[in-house]
Amino acid sequence: MSEAIVELKSAVKEYVNGALRVTAMRGIDLRINRGEYAVIMGASGSGKSTCLNVLGCLDRLTGGEYLLGGEDVSGLTDDELSEIRSKRLGFIFQSYNLIPQLNVLENIEVPLFYQGVPEAAARRQAEKLAKRMGLESRLTHKPMELSGGQQQRVAIARSLVCDPILMLADEPTGNLDSKTGEEILELIDELHAEGKTIVMVTHDDEIAHRAQRVVRFLDGRIIANDLNGAAAK
Amino acid sequence: MSSMRPERMVRLAVKNLGQYKLRAGLTMLGIIFGVCSVVAMLSVGEGANQEIQEKIQQMGSRNILIKSVKVPNEESSQSGRRITIATYGLTYDDASDLSRFVPHLEASIPIKRLRYDVQFKARRLQTDVVATIPAFIRVQNYRMVRGRFLTAADEEFGAPVCVIGTRLARMLFAGYDPLGRTMTIAGDAYTVVGIVGDIAQSELSAQSELWLEGENQSVYVPLTTYMQKRGDLFAQMSEGGSTFEKIELYELILSINKQENVVRAVDAVRRVLKRNHAKEDYSIVVPLELIRQARETRRLFNIVLGSIAAISLIVGGIGIMNIMLATVSERTREIGIRRALGARRIDIVLQFLMETLILSISGGVIGLVFGAVIPLVITAVTSVKTVLTFPAFAVAFSVSVAVSVVFGIYPARRAALMDPIEALRHE
Repeated sequence: MSEAIVELKSAVKEYVNGALRVTAMRGIDLRINRGEYAVIMGASGSGKSTCLNVLGCLDRLTGGEYLLGGEDVSGLTDDELSEIRSKRLGFIFQSYNLIPQLNVLENIEVPLFYQGVPEAAARRQAEKLAKRMGLESRLTHKPMELSGGQQQRVAIARSLVCDPILMLADEPTGNLDSKTGEEILELIDELHAEGKTIVMVTHDDEIAHRAQRVVRFLDGRIIANDLNGAAAK
Repeated sequence: MSSMRPERMVRLAVKNLGQYKLRAGLTMLGIIFGVCSVVAMLSVGEGANQEIQEKIQQMGSRNILIKSVKVPNEESSQSGRRITIATYGLTYDDASDLSRFVPHLEASIPIKRLRYDVQFKARRLQTDVVATIPAFIRVQNYRMVRGRFLTAADEEFGAPVCVIGTRLARMLFAGYDPLGRTMTIAGDAYTVVGIVGDIAQSELSAQSELWLEGENQSVYVPLTTYMQKRGDLFAQMSEGGSTFEKIELYELILSINKQENVVRAVDAVRRVLKRNHAKEDYSIVVPLELIRQARETRRLFNIVLGSIAAISLIVGGIGIMNIMLATVSERTREIGIRRALGARRIDIVLQFLMETLILSISGGVIGLVFGAVIPLVITAVTSVKTVLTFPAFAVAFSVSVAVSVVFGIYPARRAALMDPIEALRHE
């Protein structure tokens, strides 16, 4: 059995929305191993987004445990979670979430900035990743000057810059046309092939076929957790 | 604390502010006006203060001035009679009593001050003639510009010599060197032996010259000489007849040995004069009291100026807070992104505080420059005296930066306390 990167044990997440008490995760157990490519599916309100936020250390469980790379992060402070986000996690968003006033290289460097990595080293790392993403002619462009596919490549480069143990993608192709989306998915396949552990939220069954594991959420519970034979490479 | 190096934070802040150049400029304008008005007001205030101090210092802080005052006389102008003699004011007896009874007295300077026609060649004008003793110059802060003042020998022999003020020298002797020349005072010939100026005038202060215009226009003669020629009676011809005034001493300056003894000496002066005079035909001026009053006035002045300055700085601070709140809410998404990518709360606080700090420091510096220029313009245009002092700069600058930081903390905290998930969803 290989090493677990993500381990949720009876994970519960409740929050108060106005007068309403909402339970977004009702005792979820989930294990994702190193090098695995998992897809989370489910209708909106099923708890999948909450789960992704918890996995990304942006949100804290109200019950149960979350072990990230074997370390229990449930009880960590806000600052400690921030440090984990900058050093161990990579985020890819549907709407790219680049910082508009920064150019391509500066956007890629942001996580290193908060880690306190010296500028020259950060710049080398950012240039290397930008080239790998095919952005060498765009290094000093601002996000507004790039196409959607290019922006998402910048975001992927940024998510890789700290060499994360877990990459989290929230519908990364949701804002892209199918051709560009396919390119991005191929890029993610490539990263998976290199051994990255990836968790992606999607609505698209087609995309789900590329992953090894498909986790389906309904009403805050996991209703299916299947290994996907077809997509396993 | 933050893991980021300060210089990187500064660059980031400058880059962020660069997005909103117009907005940053307008925000800075608030600080610029605030700092500028504080510096300008303080310098005007300091100028006014120095001017008052100078004037009072000229009168001498250890001196007590006693002047004869004409009181409305019940003395009947009996119908038909056309000659009246008014007798009032300080007497020689007063002078000797005061010398005897006032403690800590260093010098007592008797003065007769009358207006006469003075003439040099064809030029004639009316001015104050001050008949006094040589010690006069010691108790007044006057300064010889050329020649000498009256001497003990002049006094003893009743020499027909005079010393003239700088302004009179210019007016009466234009084109001639006054020293050694003879001028007439009420028809009597006097030889000019010196030109006297006041201290402020030597410092080229135009305002003080105005204040002491009379003094600079006066002519000083030995009291003994004057007495021999004119006596105590002063005649004034007018249409209805003649008025004679008999005044022994027009003024008396008492110089006290130490400033702290002045108050006690003043009490003695009041006692003596009250005993000698039935009517209060004299007035006592104590420059030291004027100094105290001036200080009190200055304190009030400073409070008023300070309040106005504080208000303008607070308005500037509110401007900063306003803009930073707008900026924070516009950049909610950026904050969410940064938090997701590993920024701690303190990193976000420092990022926005740094932006505030850069706005206020650059606004402050520009404000100081304008604040230094405006008083010069005021002085040039209105001839109001202004004085730039280092504390004014330091206070204006540091208070503006402090106010900005205080007003910047709230928006920065608000940014840092945002829920990153909410912030990321923000459109």
